[in-house]
Amino acid sequence: MNEQKTNDLILQTVTKLVSFIILLFSFYLFFSGHNAPGGGFVGGLITSASIVLLLLAYDLKTVRAILPVNFIYVAGAGLLLAVLTGAGSFVFGAPFLSHTFGHFHLPIFGDTELATATIFDLGVYLVVVGITMTIIQTIGEEE
Amino acid sequence: MNNFVILPILIPLLSAILLIFMTKNLMLMRIFSTAASAIGIVISGILVQTVFTNGIQTLSLGGWKAPYGIVLAADQFASLLVLTTAVVGLLVVLYSFRSVGEQRERSFYYSGVQFLLAGVSGAFLTGDLFNMYVFFELLLIASYMLIVLGGTKIQLRESLKYIVFNIVSSALFVIGVGYLYAVTGTLNMADLSVKISVSGQTGLMTVIGVLLLLVFGMKGGIFPLYFWLPGSYYAPPAAISALFGALLTKVGLYAIARVFTLIFIHDAAFTHQLMIWLAALTVIFGVIGSLAYADVMKIVIYNIITAVGVILFGVAVNTPASIQGAIYYLIHDMLIKGALFMLAGTLIALTGTASLHKMGGLIKRYPLLGWMFFISAISLAGIPPLSGFIGKLKIAEGGFAEGEFTISMLILLSSLLVLYSVLRIFMHAFWGEEKETPKQHPKTAKGLLYPAAIFLLLSLLFGLGTEWVSPYVDQAAETLLNPEKYIEAVLKE
Repeated sequence: MNEQKTNDLILQTVTKLVSFIILLFSFYLFFSGHNAPGGGFVGGLITSASIVLLLLAYDLKTVRAILPVNFIYVAGAGLLLAVLTGAGSFVFGAPFLSHTFGHFHLPIFGDTELATATIFDLGVYLVVVGITMTIIQTIGEEE
Repeated sequence: MNNFVILPILIPLLSAILLIFMTKNLMLMRIFSTAASAIGIVISGILVQTVFTNGIQTLSLGGWKAPYGIVLAADQFASLLVLTTAVVGLLVVLYSFRSVGEQRERSFYYSGVQFLLAGVSGAFLTGDLFNMYVFFELLLIASYMLIVLGGTKIQLRESLKYIVFNIVSSALFVIGVGYLYAVTGTLNMADLSVKISVSGQTGLMTVIGVLLLLVFGMKGGIFPLYFWLPGSYYAPPAAISALFGALLTKVGLYAIARVFTLIFIHDAAFTHQLMIWLAALTVIFGVIGSLAYADVMKIVIYNIITAVGVILFGVAVNTPASIQGAIYYLIHDMLIKGALFMLAGTLIALTGTASLHKMGGLIKRYPLLGWMFFISAISLAGIPPLSGFIGKLKIAEGGFAEGEFTISMLILLSSLLVLYSVLRIFMHAFWGEEKETPKQHPKTAKGLLYPAAIFLLLSLLFGLGTEWVSPYVDQAAETLLNPEKYIEAVLKE
């Protein structure tokens, strides 16, 4: 598009650092959603925000090289995950969308409560990332 | 607890998601969406039979009991409509193969159709007002996508109107639900009904009722609120118009029927009288519209509005006969509108024009299409052995029993004009001498006719087999007339 080479050194250097912090924060929000503000929706939005920052600092081609995925399929996979988590309760004879949890002893975290609601949330997360990125990429590509 | 109730929603939803991954392979998409719709029909058929033998089926999602969690409640009314929806879905998918074009089909068309079917089935089955809003949005967003898909100029213009209008009505829906929640503290429809019968339907409740009537009237195309409908349904390809015409307005009507037989029932002198007048005006304006145009599609579209008025009148009169009539007519109208849109679409595809003035003498070239159009026309008007008859008869019977003589007469008179409006298409397009139409080359209606033929066959069976259908409809009407049954089924466990 723009042939003129611009000097984005500061922006690009800062982005390299900041986008990872944003990504980390989005994961934190995603996992803390059960007992604190956060969850799949806001986690997904902030993840997309970090990718959008990359898009601003670099361009569509570079970002596509970093993340070579079709975001429509990401959204589809998220939907599938969410629906299948709901339908998984059929196997146990429980009503649709019944969730369960259990305490597990994990190597580093110690005694941890794991809930199937997290898998549903992961679906939401993927849908949000997929949809946001599809919208932004589609609008960005049009000329 | 009965997980079966969710399946009519889950199957289209899951297949819509899986179809997202199949866009590369056209044949696979077609086969898959046909198979999924066929399975949907079988499942909904089993649901109807289960409800018939075992009474209302409920499912508390996630195991949370009735007023606290979301409940799906399949009574016979909802189940019959879900079955009809599944049938419409399959036939529209079959009709799409030849008519919507490969470009559209590859752009997530079948996904959109399945999402829409999931939304419609969900809106029929849910027992929770906010959840109904969510399913409305699901079907609306799918319909936004379908109406604009292809991106022709007229589609872009009409979809903008359609979207703006529906966003306004959805916002009003949320506001209505908000008021209702503020006043009663619950959104479960059965629980709402109990709370309102305990505290009495105050003036405030009636205001909220009218607000919801406004919202559902916007979705359903009732008199002052139908102005978006003719343009919007005119824009997309015939297959999508058939889907919209058969399903979308009916969801609004279903919501009115549900809310005004279950929740706002204590001030019928005001709310139901209002609905009767709106129904009369809807019929009048629908008939005027269908007579005014010489455009095949427009005539069919205005006939939707007339039918909406007739069904609304049946619901508003609220006697056993009129409710039964409304259910008969609702199912009949879903089938016959599907058929009419497909036939009109075929006619336009064959001649290359929608204007009646440019057609003529098509009966020699396309006799099958002509006679199918004739049968669907007289069925639409309600000539006795066909399916439109019993519904209108019962609605008029209920109207006369309630002393609504003028409007019942109006409903009966409207049949005459509806018949005239559709036969005008038949006489102008199929009789007379052959005219040079813009497009002559497709000699046969290859593959376009058989989905409409199935629609007509079902409609014929529905009319001729009324004896066989009536126990189901009676059961459906019984639940609508006695909300205690619904409440008991939902809140019992």
